[in-house]
Amino acid sequence: MTAPMLQIEALTKRFQTGGGFLKRPRAMLAVRDVSLTIAKGEVVGVVGESGCGKSTLARLVLRLLEPSSGRVIMDGTDLTHLAPKALRAARKRMAMVFQDPYSSLDPRFSVADVLTEPFTVQRRPLPPGQIAEMLTAVGLPTHMASSHPHQLSGGQRQRVGIARALALRPEFVVLDEPTASLDVSIQAQIIDLLAGLRDEMGLTYLFISHDLGLVRYFCDRIVVMYLGAVVEILPTADAKPRHPYTRALIDSGFAPDPTRRRAIAPLSGEIPSPFDLPPGCAFAGRCPHATDHCRTERPVLDATTHPTACFHPL
Amino acid sequence: MTPLLELQNVSVSIGSAQLLDGVSLRLERGQTLGLVGESGSGKSLTAMAAMGLLPLIGGHVSAGSVSFDGQDLASLTDPQRRALRGRRIGFVTQNPMTALDPVQRIGAQIDVVSRLHLGLTKSAARARTLDLLTQLRIPEAHAVAEAWPHQLSGGMKQRIVIAMALAGDPELIIADEPTTALDVTVQAQIIQILAALVREKGVALLLITHDMGVVAQICDRVAVLYAGRLAEEGAVAPIFAAPQHPYTKALITCIQQEGMARGTLRGIPGAVPSARQYPTGCRFHPRCIKATAECAAHTPPLVAKGDGQAACLHLPEPAL
Repeated sequence: MTAPMLQIEALTKRFQTGGGFLKRPRAMLAVRDVSLTIAKGEVVGVVGESGCGKSTLARLVLRLLEPSSGRVIMDGTDLTHLAPKALRAARKRMAMVFQDPYSSLDPRFSVADVLTEPFTVQRRPLPPGQIAEMLTAVGLPTHMASSHPHQLSGGQRQRVGIARALALRPEFVVLDEPTASLDVSIQAQIIDLLAGLRDEMGLTYLFISHDLGLVRYFCDRIVVMYLGAVVEILPTADAKPRHPYTRALIDSGFAPDPTRRRAIAPLSGEIPSPFDLPPGCAFAGRCPHATDHCRTERPVLDATTHPTACFHPL
Repeated sequence: MTPLLELQNVSVSIGSAQLLDGVSLRLERGQTLGLVGESGSGKSLTAMAAMGLLPLIGGHVSAGSVSFDGQDLASLTDPQRRALRGRRIGFVTQNPMTALDPVQRIGAQIDVVSRLHLGLTKSAARARTLDLLTQLRIPEAHAVAEAWPHQLSGGMKQRIVIAMALAGDPELIIADEPTTALDVTVQAQIIQILAALVREKGVALLLITHDMGVVAQICDRVAVLYAGRLAEEGAVAPIFAAPQHPYTKALITCIQQEGMARGTLRGIPGAVPSARQYPTGCRFHPRCIKATAECAAHTPPLVAKGDGQAACLHLPEPAL
């Protein structure tokens, strides 16, 4: 077994909002006790709907947010307790591709500026020919170095975002919904590019998405989150889901095949507010299999090769 | 029978740019027509043309005609067109977060539609609003009607927008990407609600989407737009079984499906060109796997295929 690239241990993030004169602040757990180990070269997917904590998790892992408790250990180094200077040095080895290529590129920067910035931040000289090389690696023509973001299409912008993330040759990359704001037709290009770059550069990915179909297509292992907690970890992309929520996510997609129409939406209701979670299983209110046991006690991940947090796994 | 909505060879221009080029569509009562294509292919513009809303964005129909229930929209006066929208044509926007007035209670926002268009009294309008909310399976309709938009979730807001579209008792609903801003489990619920409206009330639905999965699920017919032109149009079953246009086929195959091996998903190379840089000949040819020199030189005409039509110089021969 290869050494883990990343170990996440009991990571928790608590957010507090509101509060004021005569008003008590309210707290919610955006990420609750998440533990995960990612091996070198692995692609791990994190999937869930809005508010499940997947983007918070991504930011905690890179320490763009400070966790309330828990640790993130990258290749033996505990990131959570690094001093700013050491953290900056460690950040060379990790990078992030953002969801929205429209707002993650400075409109006044040329593509060359965007790709030079990581070197400036790390106070490293820009190797000659580096920009052309990076553009070629992400499938863009080298003359685009002088272009500005508004001259590029969404897909091209996201390629620039990927080139920027890979500029310092990181080992670990967090992909936060890299295709969510692109057309489906462009999505496959970006996924192909990411898969190719992983093979060439030996990258390890944490791939955040709301699209379970896409995650199952691209990832080796899949973490399913619901309201801040992990409800299931699928050991392989084609593993049969054991948690009713994962099943419902799969059944919510529509196959592009009119002979396979469905009559019923798999779930009624919506995700409850994270500020007043029910005492038991957070999914119990929407779950077709829920019993009184589910409503009073919170299930935890079982210690199997296919961890699932459910009293009545499928 | 006259179709409820008919676009005949509609071209739309904004300034000197021609954004839609000869688009023809027909939609009957009780039918769902899916309008698909990538961003920038002209879907929303077609919807705006169908509602006579182009002046809002500085555009106009430069050729062809749009008729609703046999009436040419161009022959109507502004007040007549305004009376049509909301009353006989309901509209569901893409983003429910911005479609509601944040400083007005939910109930009042729906009431105003039926008071204005159906001339109902205040109390009758509210009764109708509560009835609509119940039909859309909104729990505790009374409480929701008194709520403010910020108190509702995204899926709930989208139901409110649908309730507003229904309040004038329309014959046609135009829904512009109604589920794009929503979570997947909620998307399935909204698609189901729209399908039920067509089935139970017999309204016509023009559904704009980029998701061929949604089209396969609820549409009767589908029109595929590319760069302002119709690529293919026809009944859903034959088009998914045997897409005639390479673009249609590419749109269907770029959705990942259960059990697909990594590396087998095929996207479409390149991007939709902007209106000022439309290529010559078939506008799809720079991205098309079947393109030949001929495709760059000649604009393919729309050819009848089965009960639909397609515009490609390399249409497959009919199977014998």
